[in-house]
Amino acid sequence: MSGELSGRVAIVTGGASGIGAASATLLAAAGATVIVADIQEGPNAKGDGPGRFVAHDVVSEDSWKALLADVLKREGRLDIMVNNAGISGGSGNPETTTVENWQKVQAVDSDGVFLGSKYAIEGMKKTGPGKSAIKGSIVNISSIAGLIGSAGPTAYTAAKGAVRLLSKSVALYCAEQRYDIRCNSVHPGGVDTAIFNPLWQMVGHAQGKAFIGTRHPIGRMSEASELGEAVLFLASDRSSFVTGAEIVADGAITAGLMRRSLLAPP
Amino acid sequence: MPRLENRVVLLSGGASGIGAETARLVVREGGKAVLADRDEAKGLALAAELGTAAHFVPLDVTQEPSWQAAVAATVEKFGALHGLLNAAGVGVRNTIEDCTLEEYRRVNDINSLGTFLGCKLAIPAMKASGGGSIVNISSVLGLRGAAHAMAYSASKGAVRSLTKNVALHCAQMKYNIRCNSVHPGYIDTPMIAPRLEQNVENMSGRQFLEELHPLGRLGRPEEVANMILFLLSDESTFSTGSEFVCDGGLTA
Ligand SMILES: NC(=O)c1ccc[n+]([C@@H]2O[C@H](COP(=O)([O-])OP(=O)(O)OC[C@H]3O[C@@H](n4cnc5c(N)ncnc54)[C@H](O)[C@@H]3O)[C@@H](O)[C@H]2O)c1
Ligand SMILES: NC(=O)c1ccc[n+]([C@@H]2O[C@H](COP(=O)([O-])OP(=O)(O)OC[C@H]3O[C@@H](n4cnc5c(N)ncnc54)[C@H](O)[C@@H]3O)[C@@H](O)[C@H]2O)c1
Repeated sequence: MSGELSGRVAIVTGGASGIGAASATLLAAAGATVIVADIQEGPNAKGDGPGRFVAHDVVSEDSWKALLADVLKREGRLDIMVNNAGISGGSGNPETTTVENWQKVQAVDSDGVFLGSKYAIEGMKKTGPGKSAIKGSIVNISSIAGLIGSAGPTAYTAAKGAVRLLSKSVALYCAEQRYDIRCNSVHPGGVDTAIFNPLWQMVGHAQGKAFIGTRHPIGRMSEASELGEAVLFLASDRSSFVTGAEIVADGAITAGLMRRSLLAPP
Repeated sequence: MPRLENRVVLLSGGASGIGAETARLVVREGGKAVLADRDEAKGLALAAELGTAAHFVPLDVTQEPSWQAAVAATVEKFGALHGLLNAAGVGVRNTIEDCTLEEYRRVNDINSLGTFLGCKLAIPAMKASGGGSIVNISSVLGLRGAAHAMAYSASKGAVRSLTKNVALHCAQMKYNIRCNSVHPGYIDTPMIAPRLEQNVENMSGRQFLEELHPLGRLGRPEEVANMILFLLSDESTFSTGSEFVCDGGLTA
């Protein structure tokens, strides 16, 4: 399996932590040259992690332009884009969510994925003739909150619903244009990452993790590496006929029926 | 007995198309309809036509104060709020390559933020009225993507997810407020009128869109209004957080 992505260049947004960091590690292990783009520095900023760190804010179009120009200049191509950066935006429900909070969450979780998909296509098209065939793959991280409504705060839920449909439109557009670029969405359940820090701070990591685990039929949360594997599959040619699709990795949360007990907040 | 006797329904986008047809039906079924729209001329004309059971309020769905005023005006005029239809929306064609960030934001602000604000501001008034029913218009493009309606499809995906979040929140809080999404196919309203004129693949735009539907025709706004009325009424009291498709077989 190792080396299946050699010669390919991948950008992972939000790559300094959690699912993004795990994805970067697995993509690099498969031979890809990885650019970790994040607003915060991760281990790789000091040379301890996979890939090259670039300071980047998914909300800013200028930041996207600079990132793309930098990657095309230094790595010379773009094959894989993982639009993973995201925030939960706190626990606002339909009554307590403010317009300000709504806009802040949409900016990162929805606009950020829109811009990431748009600039990915631009970059992948510039990777082309003379630089071997394009086999582009855009992987957008949505959530089970984009499939069912139980999980997540209001603004987050709406943004993840937008990402799910945005990904399908991107897939259909690239197919229609006969670009060899696929686009899919990934729908994690509860993953043990820093996104749960507020909860960990309240009840402790072990207890919080066990509690959220009970809400999954499989009885546990997932590790970030398990989502990294889903990202790697979609990034690689092993998924060459998969586009416009949803990859669910949620310990069976969305497989069954909604239970009332699962609605109560932690 | 009329199906919405003395129920007060606020309709964003109530001046035109699906919202306007629903307002007619609400009044015919014994309810009160408050038409809330940014198109004052059309809204005032329809309110005048529907008589004393209808009222027009100006509304820009993207502005929270505007929603506050519309809900307050509804309660002041008819004494309660039992139903909310979020029908205001814009249909925009763009692709991932040609859509600007500004345009992506504008479409999502009207279709998605506008629907969120409607839900947020209606909930307190509905609670005070003993409960209610919220109907959000998503689209078949909230279920399936479209290469040439990228931002629109994203905004309707947001409405689909938002609806479930609102439904579950209200259920958990025991508010007696239901919330469902409606997913129309192509409906013959002013929104799609420009497309009917444009030829596609040697067909008129109308023929092209008709051909997409297994029923071989466009939907009529009153057909969607009938589904919305079912959701606003007590005929649907066990339905919440669900998707109601009205698309002539398009997604089948
Ligand atoms: N952890 C879960 O249970 C879970 C479940 C479903 C979906 N997700 C999604 O997975 C993705 C990754 O989340 P995670 O759990 O790894 O969280 P995380 O907090 O560990 O990592 C998110 C990363 O995104 C970065 N980021 C935030 N805003 C940014 C911005 N504006 N520009 C660039 N980078 C930014 C952060 O600095 C951080 O490094 C998110 O989109 C999240 O919504 C997570
Ligand atoms: N017609 C279709 O084929 C179709 C298909 C699927 C979904 N829909 C959805 O149905 C809903 C109603 O559409 P329609 O076909 O009746 O269109 P329409 O254009 O006839 O009516 C839409 C109304 O929304 C109002 N509006 C737009 N922006 C507004 C704003 N910012 N504030 C207040 N009002 C605003 C307009 O003034 C108009 O009266 C929309 O959400 C649309 O996306 C329509």
